[in-house]
Amino acid sequence: MISMNKVSKQYGSFHVLTDCTTQVQKGEVIVVCGPSGSGKSTLIKCVNGLEPFQSGEIIVNGVSVGDPRTNLSKLRSTVGMVFQNFELFPHMSIIDNLGIAQTKVLGRSQEQAREKGFKLLDRVGLREQAEKYPGQLSGGQQQRVAIARALAMDPICMLFDEPTSALDPEMVNEVLDVMTELAQEGMTMMCVTHEMGFAKRVASRVIFMDQGRIVEDDSKEAFFEHARSERAQQFLAKILHH
Amino acid sequence: MHEFDWSSIPNALPFLWDGMKISLEITVTAVIFGIVWGTLLALMRLSSIKPLSWFAAGYVNLFRAIPLVMVLLWFFLIVPHLLESLFGLPRGSDMRLSSAIAGFALFEAAYYSEIIRAGIQSVPKGQMAAASALGMTYGQSMRLVVLPQAFRNMVPLLLTQGIILFQDTSLVYVSALADFFGAAYKVGDRDGRLVELLLFAGAVYFVICFTASRIVRYYQNKLKTA
Repeated sequence: MISMNKVSKQYGSFHVLTDCTTQVQKGEVIVVCGPSGSGKSTLIKCVNGLEPFQSGEIIVNGVSVGDPRTNLSKLRSTVGMVFQNFELFPHMSIIDNLGIAQTKVLGRSQEQAREKGFKLLDRVGLREQAEKYPGQLSGGQQQRVAIARALAMDPICMLFDEPTSALDPEMVNEVLDVMTELAQEGMTMMCVTHEMGFAKRVASRVIFMDQGRIVEDDSKEAFFEHARSERAQQFLAKILHH
Repeated sequence: MHEFDWSSIPNALPFLWDGMKISLEITVTAVIFGIVWGTLLALMRLSSIKPLSWFAAGYVNLFRAIPLVMVLLWFFLIVPHLLESLFGLPRGSDMRLSSAIAGFALFEAAYYSEIIRAGIQSVPKGQMAAASALGMTYGQSMRLVVLPQAFRNMVPLLLTQGIILFQDTSLVYVSALADFFGAAYKVGDRDGRLVELLLFAGAVYFVICFTASRIVRYYQNKLKTA
């Protein structure tokens, strides 16, 4: 589904990503973790071409992301993305947030888009909020809407960029629950997150990054029980024992 | 001591009203064209295509560095002749109003584009990223997501600039065009009551602009609490 081969990116002389190589199979849930500044957000933003990269290759569902001939907009419409700060469109109602790309990008009719939108709002438990505006919702609710908005495009895979980092602690679980459900239904997912409980429950594999490199790429059992690198052991020790 | 005599004003009101219509016509058309052209300039300025960005920067810097009255004079004196010789228009056709509108629109666009550029930049970068991630093209993201938010934030500034433009329309007197100020001046000159007419015109400008700016402020406060 997603294949990365020696992906590198630099800003001037600063290497953000160095030779990142990994594969994501259909239905896999990959958790990407690592200290801040390790390049994990950049890595998943390269998958749908939101961040350009200088060398290497990323193939998503048979399409090369870095190829200048690739229609990036079309590719992105098939890859769902959820952002740390939700990024709902504040000037549109919730149902319009879910509908806009369905009509303008996929060419669905208003009715189809609304129907699909209501169905997905039901699924994330927010149907009653359909006519409200993003500013009237809590952070957790906004993030669930953002997930629904991405799902409305019928994506082949989902990217999550620290979806719970900007949330109040008591709202983290409602978002993780939606993500867990999605994973159990077989959605292919790449999630940048520090939620190790989530990783332990649903991840197929864990990627650990440090200084722009993929340091560990292993099954969750292997990662949590005997991480090979010292850096990952330190990271786990800090994040798990407090 | 000057003896005030306001008697020439009532009879001149229809003529003054015609002048006011010209002032408003120039203001409204120039604001609309200025905003449209200013938006295009702002998008060019922010574009990653270098020549477009250079052109917009050059345009804005040029027009902001020359006095408005000079631009208007160019448009009165040079542009009509140019058009006449280019398109074979009959000599001496009255293009004063259209050249005034064109001059204002092109001049104001430079100011509008800076307001709009700041407005676009005030929209968080993540909004563009989110729109792109949903598969929208750059054009769709701008039109459907970024610009509506930018304009919402900018409305007070754009209106304030419109009020300034309304005041500046009085500069068309250099072309002897009878806008409100020009009409008042003509009446005062004819009746030997220049002081009265200019005071009257000043009062009218004040009432209109002050009211308009109050409305803008009211809207601004509403926006803040929304």
